Amino acid sequence: MRRSIQFLLLTATSLTLFLLLPLHARHAQQQSGGDIKQQMAGLRNLQVTDLCLATEARYTRHPAMADRHAPFQEHPLALEHFPSGSLILPTLPARGTP
Amino acid sequence: MKRAVERHLNILEFTLASLLRRRAKNLSLLAMYLLVIFMLASLLFFVTALKREAAIILSDAPDMVVQRLVAGRQDLVPAGYSAEIARIRGVTAVRPRLWGYYYDTLNGANYTVMASDDPAVKPEWASIGAGVAQSRNLAVGDLLPLTSYDKTPLMVEIGLIFPSSSNLIAADLIVISPGDFTRLFNFPNGQATDLAVTVRNPKELPTVAAKIASRFPDSRPILKSEIQRTYQSIFDWRGGMTLIVLASSLLSFIIFAWDKATGLSAEERREIGILKSIGWETSDVLLLKFWEGVVISLTAFLLGTVLAYGHVFFLSAPLFAQALKGWSVIYPRFQLVPVVDAYQLALLFFLTVVPYTTATVIPCWRAATIDPDAAMRY
Repeated sequence: MRRSIQFLLLTATSLTLFLLLPLHARHAQQQSGGDIKQQMAGLRNLQVTDLCLATEARYTRHPAMADRHAPFQEHPLALEHFPSGSLILPTLPARGTP
Repeated sequence: MKRAVERHLNILEFTLASLLRRRAKNLSLLAMYLLVIFMLASLLFFVTALKREAAIILSDAPDMVVQRLVAGRQDLVPAGYSAEIARIRGVTAVRPRLWGYYYDTLNGANYTVMASDDPAVKPEWASIGAGVAQSRNLAVGDLLPLTSYDKTPLMVEIGLIFPSSSNLIAADLIVISPGDFTRLFNFPNGQATDLAVTVRNPKELPTVAAKIASRFPDSRPILKSEIQRTYQSIFDWRGGMTLIVLASSLLSFIIFAWDKATGLSAEERREIGILKSIGWETSDVLLLKFWEGVVISLTAFLLGTVLAYGHVFFLSAPLFAQALKGWSVIYPRFQLVPVVDAYQLALLFFLTVVPYTTATVIPCWRAATIDPDAAMRY
């Protein structure tokens, strides 16, 4: 078989896989819809406010509840030293809030 | 039509032979290009899927959380606040929340401990996250020894382990009764960590928040929209993680494209000269270079994207997991539900494949328009 045909076949295969990604994603979303609701049912009454992405520091475990200055509040010269702190940044509070 | 297809196939054949002549250089180029696309697409999939999960999970967050500040630090909220806030028009419920952190000296892990007023949560009984169960090797029916703040032991029986599919919410969670929570942390009676406020009409939330802030100047109301905004901004392109990967990948890509755009090697220039001297048209040479760019960039794009999808949604993104893990002892391994954003993929395609192919063709066009003799002597 010609090299060009081999290349086109490889590209066609990769393209098919690429085009199947959205279909797979949609199928997985439809399947997981019930699962998420089921998982949440037991935890709903806890009214969680944050995702469990990193557990090393309080302000990366609950960024929505933490102060912006939380990483630096331990003492006047405290430095932020948790690795996940450089990835999960707190948001700026709305104007007028403490 | 058939003739045009045949011409393209012949030029593609020659392109592949030409690329394979410089096998080591082109394979390493393809590998690096694929890696850049893989990183960018992985980040895209990871961030989009997390944003979706955050939106679903946080739809059950309280309408408003009220914290109390003392000297700029978060402090406990007295029960009196709860009754006063409940009297504000539009507020349907105020629920004092008891929650905190427990440092486990045995394994150095931090747990999130929450009190639940659910009658199913009995005294000296706990439901725990899969991460806690794994790190302490616990099963349902086992006893989890905790040390209270007054140094007395508190033994809780594991009644339920949340499934690992809920790790994104509950991996480090220990849910106990309010009585056990008070014993564990020596928590003062009549106080709460914060208050979860439910408001009948979501449009009234800012007004209710303003009333709370004016009635209790030491309070800080956090609206549900602000909680959701926190997660949207964490995974925003300006967020820490996204920016680091995005900047390094784009920089590597600019180096590639720059290398291609700044000129051809003497060998490539001689090749163009020979092709022109044996009768190739300038358009044929340009087509050759176009195919060269397409072979490298399209292969890298398609394979890189498909591999990134597998990395994030089948292998749980181990590369990003390491970055998020940091020094955490409990790190949730969460299986994300796949999300494909066609707009973002199209953007990735136009930001990577198109500039690279253009950068391959332009210097070649300059070489292909000069005299073949001059090109060969260069």
